[in-house]
Amino acid sequence: MRNTIAWGAAVVASALILSACGGGTAEPTSTDAGPGVDNSGIELTIWVDANREPAVAAAAQLFEAETGATVVLVQKNFEDLRTDFIAQVPTGEGPDITIGAHDWTGAFVTAGVVNTVDIGDKAADFEQVALDAFSYDGQLYGLPYALETIALIQNVDLVGTDAPATFEDMIATGLAAGTDRPFVINVGAGGDGYTSYGFQTSFGAPVFVQEADGSYTSEVGMGGPDGVAFATWLSENGMAGNGYFSTDVDYDINQSLFSEGAAPYTIQGPWAIGTYTDAGVNVAVNPIPSAGGGTAAPFVGVQGFYVSSQSQNTLLANEFLITYIATEEAQRALYDADPRIPAYIAVAEQVASDPIVAGFIASAQNGVPMPSIPEMGSVWDFWNAAEAAIVSGADPESTWLQMIADLEAAIS
Amino acid sequence: MSVRPSHATTGAGRPSPAGEPHSRQWRGLGIGFLIKLLLMGIVNALGVAVVLAAWASESWAILGAMVVIVVVVDWIYFSKRALPLKYLTPGLIFLAIFQLFTMAYTGYVAFTNYGTGHAGSQTQAVDALLIQNERRLETSPSFVLSIVRDGDELGFAIVVDGAVRVGSPESPLTEAPDAEVDQAGRVVSLPDWEVVSRAELLSDRGLQQAVVDLRVPVSDEPEDGSIRTREGSTGAIYRSVLEWDPDAQTMTNVDTGTVYSVTDRGRFEAPDGTQLPVGWYVTVGFENFTRAVTDSNYSTPLLRVAGWTFAFAILTVLSSFILGLILAIVYNDPRVRGRKFIRTLFILPYAFPAFMSGLLWRGMLNPEYGIINEFFFMDAYIPWLSDPWLAKFAILYVNLWLSYPYWFLVCTGALQALPTETMEAARIDGAGRWRTFRSVTMPLITVSTAPLAIASFAFNFNNFTLIYFLTEGRPRFTDTSAPLGHTDILISAIYQISGVAGGRADYGLASALSIIVFIVVGAISALAFRQTRKLEEMN
Repeated sequence: MRNTIAWGAAVVASALILSACGGGTAEPTSTDAGPGVDNSGIELTIWVDANREPAVAAAAQLFEAETGATVVLVQKNFEDLRTDFIAQVPTGEGPDITIGAHDWTGAFVTAGVVNTVDIGDKAADFEQVALDAFSYDGQLYGLPYALETIALIQNVDLVGTDAPATFEDMIATGLAAGTDRPFVINVGAGGDGYTSYGFQTSFGAPVFVQEADGSYTSEVGMGGPDGVAFATWLSENGMAGNGYFSTDVDYDINQSLFSEGAAPYTIQGPWAIGTYTDAGVNVAVNPIPSAGGGTAAPFVGVQGFYVSSQSQNTLLANEFLITYIATEEAQRALYDADPRIPAYIAVAEQVASDPIVAGFIASAQNGVPMPSIPEMGSVWDFWNAAEAAIVSGADPESTWLQMIADLEAAIS
Repeated sequence: MSVRPSHATTGAGRPSPAGEPHSRQWRGLGIGFLIKLLLMGIVNALGVAVVLAAWASESWAILGAMVVIVVVVDWIYFSKRALPLKYLTPGLIFLAIFQLFTMAYTGYVAFTNYGTGHAGSQTQAVDALLIQNERRLETSPSFVLSIVRDGDELGFAIVVDGAVRVGSPESPLTEAPDAEVDQAGRVVSLPDWEVVSRAELLSDRGLQQAVVDLRVPVSDEPEDGSIRTREGSTGAIYRSVLEWDPDAQTMTNVDTGTVYSVTDRGRFEAPDGTQLPVGWYVTVGFENFTRAVTDSNYSTPLLRVAGWTFAFAILTVLSSFILGLILAIVYNDPRVRGRKFIRTLFILPYAFPAFMSGLLWRGMLNPEYGIINEFFFMDAYIPWLSDPWLAKFAILYVNLWLSYPYWFLVCTGALQALPTETMEAARIDGAGRWRTFRSVTMPLITVSTAPLAIASFAFNFNNFTLIYFLTEGRPRFTDTSAPLGHTDILISAIYQISGVAGGRADYGLASALSIIVFIVVGAISALAFRQTRKLEEMN
């Protein structure tokens, strides 16, 4: 008898609490859907990073109002998105759409976590290089929205706005400016092949050999005499040589040296500009000067949206991307939220009047897309470590060739 | 304590015998019972919420486990027979979820090849391969498309050169002359077919999936491809290169005729050895465990890393214990003024988050711009973090800085707890300060701190945070191609090898190595605890 009372009371209490919890959320959140559309049960989950969140939220609001579906934005660190997407899509816990960088495509394709997209006639609205970057084996896997690259950034008050044609010119002008260093570049204890890649390509030593159509093969292209020439040059400008490259300079030190005016030139991306202008530095942006005679071609990265291969809302996800994100307003909002070079041609034309953006666009035109093949993931570790070792005084030729051998063994 | 089973059979309504636990005495709806009811209500509500969520996402294992937990918990807290369990249950549930499940899952992954190229199940790999190999015909324009329905059968209607064509998966596209088209070129009505409205499509998830999966052949020739749509309003002609045969478990390339069959490594492989890019994970037995030992690329560096791990853990515990003890003895002396204030200052490094201290010290140890070289070594260039031996020294030093306050606290407590009569007896017996310390103070302190020393050893053995934020394992070994360095400890080496941070992830190998480390740490701790028990018995 007492037991029955206790059990009954427990059930009643649980039910009360359950209904109290449920009361707030059971209401449909978007009520102004079109006539006859009751879509409150359908949720489209999108992973975004903090920078992009407001812009995507604006597009999502319009989408919610017109389709009645609910968009759930999940904010994550940009660096975590790649690993989390690969890990969670197969478990069914992944999002319908994620924001991401184009060089993840190869990893996403081999993990089987990404769907193809087809933007049809809207392809003409986007820069071809951005679409190529998201293409893998002839299929498009992402809707691009921005390009980013690094460029030569110079302190106008110290060296003017003229772009130096070669590395030697730049050093000569930098020395004449009389600052602590003629030039500063991020290397850090771990090396930074990405930032130095423009100099490396000017020696004709790309990471992977490119086909005629621009797609990458998995054949390592930075071995041979051209690669060794770059390694030797790096060593001459490293800590055993004239010290322009130093493993003691990491990102933070690079930022503070340039902001203080202790160096008139650096190589950085658009994300670094804010630090400089906040410090009162008057900056100009130019293409990276050549060190080895060829064109200095930095990596161009493209950012965009991927659709999950395991999405339960594939139709809505495509609808959201093609009808609500691939529009001028949404692309403009994305640019305003995070000013990188727009992949949408109409927006790129609007913002090209800004000299800083124009400088990065000029640098990107010299650039090559970062390889999106899955082998690229294995490159960084070996490549960066070899660069750091050579900068800090290791024998350039043997270190470089050993790195090539290790890399080829790792990706074979 | 004797168990009296007669209590369990005490009938309802009889007055409780004296000595029965108070929880068994029914006193109506007392305040205690109401609080219990409220708490159990919350627990049940949470449980039911999880069950409903699991039902919605079709996670049957979670659903089953949750139902069992809720029923068991209710039985335990509303039954009179399970008094000990009322205290133990919360702990047991957390043990099961956070320890046993994690360990069992790690154990399972260690026997699979889960990692890059083997990320999901076979069904998902098949899905992905079919998606990747269905290509839009280069000649295909984009069509304005309407979704049409005839009873249960779905189809597409498109407008080609002003003429409406309609079809379904069974019947290829044919002309529909009596169709009505609006100004935007969209079909709005058809004889025999009902046009599905946009509103209906958007509100029905099942219909959306059916539409996305729908392929309407362009003609009787499969070569010509089929119409598909992605968002329900435009279509294009696609053609699939791969064909999946679920019965034979093979993928066939319809252009070349190559047949890819399933391998025991979780891949589709052609007779000539070429593989399709997407795989799935399968169990591979002890391979991950043997690879760490037999692959010479890993075994030699891992041995060196293991040596440094032991050295690092032991030296850290010893150095921080000794420094902490010395300071504790000095600041335990009543002659020192302002002891409380000074003690508080000593604890400060302990109060900083370790990762912040790691980053901070990394900056301060920068040879050119760091303040260590600038202030203490007259701007000399000392490569603290890039010379193998200096980097090891720097790690030990920074960890000493981080962990001596802990031992200072522990030893101060132990010193204050020393029995005064024992100390007095030693003095009366004529023992000097050193003799007292060596023969009385030290053994007593060792007994009370030894278990903490073992715990500290186990913690530092896996002190990933410090290594990752201070050196990331650098400087790298130059005589091996494994991406490991002189200051890597086993756990950071596992992180590197497994490629979890990027590159080629190999969660199977990483799990196998974690299990090996777990066994090593567990065995050492067990042995050490046995030794300290002997120490206690001696006293």
